[in-house]
Amino acid sequence: MAEKRKKLLQGNEACVEGALYAGCMFYAGYPITPSTEIAEGLSVRLPQRGGKFIQMEDEIASIAAAIGGSMTGLKSLTATSGPGFSLKQEGLGYACIAEIPLVIVNVMRGGPSTGYPTGPSQSDIMQAKWGTHGDHPAIAVTPAYVQEILSETVRAFNLSEKYRTPVIVLYDEILGHMREPITIPDAGELPVVDRAKPTCPPEEYFPYDEKYEVPPLAPFGTGYRYHVTGLNHKKDGFPTNDSKQIRENNMRIMNKIENHKDEIWKNEEKFLDDAKIAVVTIGSTARSANFAVRVAREQGIKAGLLRPLTVWPFPDKAVKELSKRVRAIIVPELNLGQMVLEVERCAGGACAVEGIHRVDGEPINPAQILEVIKKYA
Amino acid sequence: MSARYEIRFSGSGGQGMILAGIIMAEAAAIYGDKNAVQSQSYGPESRGGASKAEVIISSQPIDYPKATSIDCMLAMTQEACNKYHSDIKPGGILLVDSEEVKTLPQGDFRLISFPIIGTAREELGKTIVANIVSLGMITELTGIVSHEAVEKAVLARVPAAFMELNKKAVNIGFACAKALK
Repeated sequence: MAEKRKKLLQGNEACVEGALYAGCMFYAGYPITPSTEIAEGLSVRLPQRGGKFIQMEDEIASIAAAIGGSMTGLKSLTATSGPGFSLKQEGLGYACIAEIPLVIVNVMRGGPSTGYPTGPSQSDIMQAKWGTHGDHPAIAVTPAYVQEILSETVRAFNLSEKYRTPVIVLYDEILGHMREPITIPDAGELPVVDRAKPTCPPEEYFPYDEKYEVPPLAPFGTGYRYHVTGLNHKKDGFPTNDSKQIRENNMRIMNKIENHKDEIWKNEEKFLDDAKIAVVTIGSTARSANFAVRVAREQGIKAGLLRPLTVWPFPDKAVKELSKRVRAIIVPELNLGQMVLEVERCAGGACAVEGIHRVDGEPINPAQILEVIKKYA
Repeated sequence: MSARYEIRFSGSGGQGMILAGIIMAEAAAIYGDKNAVQSQSYGPESRGGASKAEVIISSQPIDYPKATSIDCMLAMTQEACNKYHSDIKPGGILLVDSEEVKTLPQGDFRLISFPIIGTAREELGKTIVANIVSLGMITELTGIVSHEAVEKAVLARVPAAFMELNKKAVNIGFACAKALK
């Protein structure tokens, strides 16, 4: 049976499968290379299961529509690339403060601006955390294999439903467009989380009740009337000028993620047990790193790989711990130096940290990484 | 087989190079018993411009999805031939369309210049299946996947009305390459 379900799928097609597996019923988007296949796939598949697909007039309207879709109780998705992700930052911040579950896929391409549409990039790592203004929680997952795009999209929905917050799926053009054989999991094989709904009668319901870490969210149209705003608000959702309430509101949306980092973090480790040189990287660059580390091991060099599948919140604990037992951490990334700053912060001088950076629309190849590994061998 | 077998299909956007790559990967990974990864690179144009699809075939898991040391490359235009042939490994194969590629590159590889588009035109009356003829040729030249697996993969990817045409095209490819061996 498993053999029968093996398919050669593109990363973006696997994202569609993941969204459907998670129970996504609403997509609003505006097409952009290299993410368009997600919209294309969902435009066919969502109506087949009674879901809704809408192409909006632009990216800002798309995320706004997806927020609206989610508020009616439907798991909602929007997908884009760098230029669209910039536009969506307004909606992203709104979803953070209004605590609306939502999944945003950003298939990274070269930038800034319209940059290099058909080339890969990892230059939106910092934008995924800091793109929208104000202190806010951020969760971003970073798959590296086509099969993993499916499972990480499911995990993104789960995290977003569990913590009532937007979650970003961050991968690059290579992964979005490459094809690999994958198996579509059976129902029940991967966990699927649904948001908590109120059990109290409507007249007793508060959408931002501080007695909960993550208050239940009532779908609009089910008799629960409440106010939603991007302003700091009280438990009933109406704006407040009370400094105590403002602080509580801000701290709760941060702490609901901060206090659960251990559950949100996910790392893959390879050959780290006795490693003296570690590579820390994500996405398609991690595939090159994996190759380079294997070759280094064949040559007797004690190299290993730490691959975060959750880049935000940044895996501080794992990197800090790693920095204390290796000689050097190498951070290859398709940008001019973003994740390397986080690694330096975590290492705090405990080991050498060196970035490998590339912004010519070509991937960082295994030979480039191997060369730097050898430098520290 | 060595750990990685790398094939690059290159030409101009619209010639079906990416489709040829997808079919080759499906033949290896879905209809065959190997691992395969297919990736591609193209410009912003939907037609024209140099375009390439790469397929890595291995009996092992595949990490790096791009070609680095090519076992077999197809070039269907002069531009693609010039731009992409430098990654062919010593002793590899370069198959070019003889009508399109007039300036032949020199190198430590086996160069085969063959009228692929001409064959599609004369034998099948449709140049649109030149990519499928070339796929048949590469299958025969490399022996990396079986005829049966490629034929199954071709037929699974084409609309019902064009099954016969494509079946003929891939088989003509096998035969043309066999004669060159």
